[in-house]
Amino acid sequence: MSDMKATERVPAQRGPFGAQMVTQKSMNFGPSARRLIGRMRPQRVRALLTVALACFSVACSVAGPKILGHATDLIFAGLFGRNLPAGSTQEQAVAGLRARGDDRLADVVGALKDLVPGQGVDFGALAGVLGIVLALYVVAALASLAQGYLLNTVVTSTMLQLRADVEEKVNRLPLLYFDRQPRGELLSRVTNDIDNISQSLQQTMSQLLTSVLTVAGVLGVMVWISPLLALVALITVPLGIVLTAVIMKRSQGQFVRQWRQTGAVNAHVEEAFTGHALVKVFGRTREAEEIFDERNEQLFEASFRAQFISGLIQPLMMFIGNLNYVVIAVVGGLRVTSGAISLGDVQAFIQYSRQFTQPLTQAASMVNLLQSGVASAERVFELLDAEEEPADPVHPAQPARGLGLVAFEHIAFSYDPETPLIEDLSLVVRPGQTAAIVGPTGAGKTTLVNLIMRFYDLDAGRITLDGVDIATMRRADLRSQVGMVLQDTWLFEGTIRDNITYGRADVTEEQMLTATRATFVDHFVRTLPDGYDTVIDEEGSNISAGQRQLLTIARAFLLDPALLILDEATSSVDTRTELLLQHAMRSLRANRTSFVIAHRLSTIRDADLILMMDGGTIVETGDHASLIAAGGAYAALYAAQFNAEPEEEAAA
Amino acid sequence: MLVRLLRANLRPYRRVLGLVVALQFVGTLAALYLPSLNADIIDDGVVKGDTGYIVRTGALMLGVTLIQIACSITAVYFGSRTAMGFGRDVRHHIFRRVTGLSGHEVTAFGAPSLITRNTNDVQQVQMLVQLGATLLVVAPIMMVGGIVMALREDVGLSWLIAVCVPALAAVAILIIRQMIPGFRLMQKRIDRVNRVLREQITGIRVVRAFVREPQETARFGQANQELTDVAVTTGRWMATMFPSVMLIFNVSLVGVLWFGGHRVDAGSMQIGALTAFMSYLMQILMSVMMATFMLVMVPRASVCADRISEVLDTDSSVTPPAAPVTSLTRHGELAFEDVSFTYAGAPEPVLQDISFVAKPGETTAFIGSTGAGKTTLLNLVPRLFDVSAGVVRVDGVDVRELEPELLWSTIGLVPQQAYLFSGTVRSNLLYGKQDATDAELWAALETAQARDFVAAMPEGLDAPIAQGGTNVSGGQRQRLAIARALVKRPEIYLFDDSFSALDVATDARLRRALRPVTRHATVLIVGQRVATIRDADQIIVLDEGRIVGRGTHAQLLATNATYQEIVESQLTAEEAA
Repeated sequence: MSDMKATERVPAQRGPFGAQMVTQKSMNFGPSARRLIGRMRPQRVRALLTVALACFSVACSVAGPKILGHATDLIFAGLFGRNLPAGSTQEQAVAGLRARGDDRLADVVGALKDLVPGQGVDFGALAGVLGIVLALYVVAALASLAQGYLLNTVVTSTMLQLRADVEEKVNRLPLLYFDRQPRGELLSRVTNDIDNISQSLQQTMSQLLTSVLTVAGVLGVMVWISPLLALVALITVPLGIVLTAVIMKRSQGQFVRQWRQTGAVNAHVEEAFTGHALVKVFGRTREAEEIFDERNEQLFEASFRAQFISGLIQPLMMFIGNLNYVVIAVVGGLRVTSGAISLGDVQAFIQYSRQFTQPLTQAASMVNLLQSGVASAERVFELLDAEEEPADPVHPAQPARGLGLVAFEHIAFSYDPETPLIEDLSLVVRPGQTAAIVGPTGAGKTTLVNLIMRFYDLDAGRITLDGVDIATMRRADLRSQVGMVLQDTWLFEGTIRDNITYGRADVTEEQMLTATRATFVDHFVRTLPDGYDTVIDEEGSNISAGQRQLLTIARAFLLDPALLILDEATSSVDTRTELLLQHAMRSLRANRTSFVIAHRLSTIRDADLILMMDGGTIVETGDHASLIAAGGAYAALYAAQFNAEPEEEAAA
Repeated sequence: MLVRLLRANLRPYRRVLGLVVALQFVGTLAALYLPSLNADIIDDGVVKGDTGYIVRTGALMLGVTLIQIACSITAVYFGSRTAMGFGRDVRHHIFRRVTGLSGHEVTAFGAPSLITRNTNDVQQVQMLVQLGATLLVVAPIMMVGGIVMALREDVGLSWLIAVCVPALAAVAILIIRQMIPGFRLMQKRIDRVNRVLREQITGIRVVRAFVREPQETARFGQANQELTDVAVTTGRWMATMFPSVMLIFNVSLVGVLWFGGHRVDAGSMQIGALTAFMSYLMQILMSVMMATFMLVMVPRASVCADRISEVLDTDSSVTPPAAPVTSLTRHGELAFEDVSFTYAGAPEPVLQDISFVAKPGETTAFIGSTGAGKTTLLNLVPRLFDVSAGVVRVDGVDVRELEPELLWSTIGLVPQQAYLFSGTVRSNLLYGKQDATDAELWAALETAQARDFVAAMPEGLDAPIAQGGTNVSGGQRQRLAIARALVKRPEIYLFDDSFSALDVATDARLRRALRPVTRHATVLIVGQRVATIRDADQIIVLDEGRIVGRGTHAQLLATNATYQEIVESQLTAEEAA
């Protein structure tokens, strides 16, 4: 069953167009972000502790410059004190300065708290202050470290759970979901989007938290030191926020364009390189190059704009920071000379204003990143919210381990309510019989076997296996009664043994060898250097397509099911392998009720029952001879095939 | 490789880059001048109580700030232009190089790998140039400038710089070095988680049919846990980074105040210089951080540069003739004369001593097990590969002497993997003949047994085709690929197992319809099914690269053991008689 067939059935979903519709959906930032945060609930103790630690560490680092400013004051005081006569008081010194007409300097000296005339810098006091600061910084670093560790655990655990939820969800989704969704698009959700969430959470959460807290803390201290200077510093903040917002809005658009153009270039390169030979032989190299140059130029324009505009944030924020610096230096300087504030406070202020603009810029760019993460989260939530398969019955019927009697009773089914496929179908296949399903592409052959496996649920009617309605069994119980060999020879990463025994620990070596011998697997496996322990690599390139098919047959053989479903592949395997496949399938079918989607005449003619399908329904049933005699659709199909090759039949 | 790639492709931008460096230099100097002016405000303004001086110096600071922003913005402008232009140029070179390569090199690289090299890899190097032009240029200027200015303020404290800078660099590098292998491992584990999930989704029917869900969940759970383990470890190192760096910054500040305080007390340093020194030290440390983070990008970019250079350094094994033959008596007679072909570096030839003549109006078919060299043989005709020995002639002219465009115009190729380009049914059909009328297109579709399903699409000829043709079924794709070759009306048709996805009846109808259309053309068919090739005028049986039989179906059936074996196996398959 290929995905191509799936798209054929659902014409509304045409590959990339379907995907576009999905991605164009508008973003619901608030609720999705809350839901993402909500997923951290199991980690809430850690999360709260993280916030508390972050507050503490930010408080420590915010306090730092203020105390350091005190150190500057101590030095400043020492500087003045040295030049004043010992034994005099600060008031005397100030008065002396005023007497000399040096009013301003008098103001400055008057504001100094730690001034002791005649004494230089009080290194004892300085050491005390610096020691406190040092201790504060060390504690802040430790708290920040602990916070980082905790947050890391919160985020990774949340992601662990999210991935596990998605995986479990995949197991509960109806197959229809996979048919409707372009496979690349679904894979992108479960891989790229989850990666993106994880990355943006990891990067943003810690920085966003510290940035916001730092802004708040710094603002508080600034107001405390000098409301006037804080006001001055604050004037530049809205300017910065507005500028950043304007730039980000513009650059966001340019980034979207840049990625869209990257996609366009990528699509063209992919086509030109994948169809390399065709482009050449059809003489289209020049056109391909022209299209490439055109798209490449557009990509250049878009990415240049994106980079330039977003590159402006940094210098502009630096500019605003510098502006702040200048204003504070001037206003602060003037205030110091008027004695309203100490020099140390001005110096602390300069540091604070630096600390202020930086986290703001940081928070802005984090919000940007977070937007992308939330967009991805939204896509993952969509998947998590998709409707699931109906649950298994609470009191499931036990499958009667019988002979393999299958009955369809007035079943109706459609993939899409608007286009009914099977409307009223009844049939019985008796134990041990082989039913060959034939008909043109799109006639619903695969649908029929999908219904037996309960990959899809019926709209009406019922299917019974040995008298038990399959809808009343647990899906797992039903499926373990049925062996299936599909067209796509899906093997998973692991050894050949793992792939054949398929995780069943109860299989003995002898049982496995019986299966592999009967299905001609044993022979080729023994030619491999590692035998049954050969690891099937990523592309499965170390074994051929035919061998892969044999492996899947062996897998079904080992299961020893009552009922068998086979899809005869028409892939191009070489003739010797083809012969082996024939024999293997035949030995698998022996004494088992089998449904075969048949492509080979031998299978069809040997079948006990031919189900001739067209347009989703069975148009004829019977064996080969009776259907030929009836001269209906099957006879026409048969004739079409044999008229084309009458000599071949004679040659046989 | 990285250096070579950068040097070669940045050459056209060297003037602009010079300008960027000059602008960044001025801008950084301006930024560095600010603390010095601030020191003046303190020393000459505040200490002396000169408000006029404070205001004047403030105005000067404002001017310097304006110069600084003007320089940085202009530098970002030209830097981005250079970096993005660099990316565009490299992409251009790669694309041209790849279109010039032969099928041999493209197969050797693999199309997906070439695509990644042409886009993602370039992106990585381009990013390095972008950051280099905007940030990395600044870092050394800022560092040297910062050191000079700091020394100007006070030489006595300069030993602090010599301690702090290496300490910061050492800590940063130490942590980053722990993180890089972690990131690498994490990428591997992410790939593994993605792979397990991918396997589950692509194999969903098998998983469900065999009730494998619990095992799959366990397998996924293990991969998920392994990823989380490494994410926790790397995340911890990352969490260590910020506090460590901050601590070093802050300890440096404390150091400056302590040792600076002594110098101020001793009268060998002014108080304003102390404040300025602190600012400079911060700037120096910032630039060290910037440089360290940038250098982390270099290993990755250099891997990408290697991959890019590898493509740019590859020459096509198929070179156009120096003096091409530009006209042909176009009949389409094709001759192989003692042709052998060996892949570069392979010990065994894929084809050996192949000689045959395919005449116009005749069908020549090739059959043989996989790996017999059938596809390679067809690919020698349009020179997707060149022969290792012998000659392939079209109308008597060695294909290596022919003008490539002329050669290609005589050939209609339907490859094994029917590949369609994104666009519409029409744009695909027009691929070989852009001025074909709708009537011609419908006629080709009719022959290719594609008329019915195209007509059934609501948009008909304008029905959209997804990239690769993934929105139509395998059989439909093959029929459209055949129609595409038919529209071109070439002298030589090459069908490389082009009927494999068709059911037997469609296959038969198609070949019957093909007969009158290709009446005057030379047709080469590679087939797996005996039914597909049995009507050919000449069947050539290949085994391990050699011709082991030739003749009609009847002749071979009577005389050729390999052919008999093939027929027998298929008759068992298709005829249970």
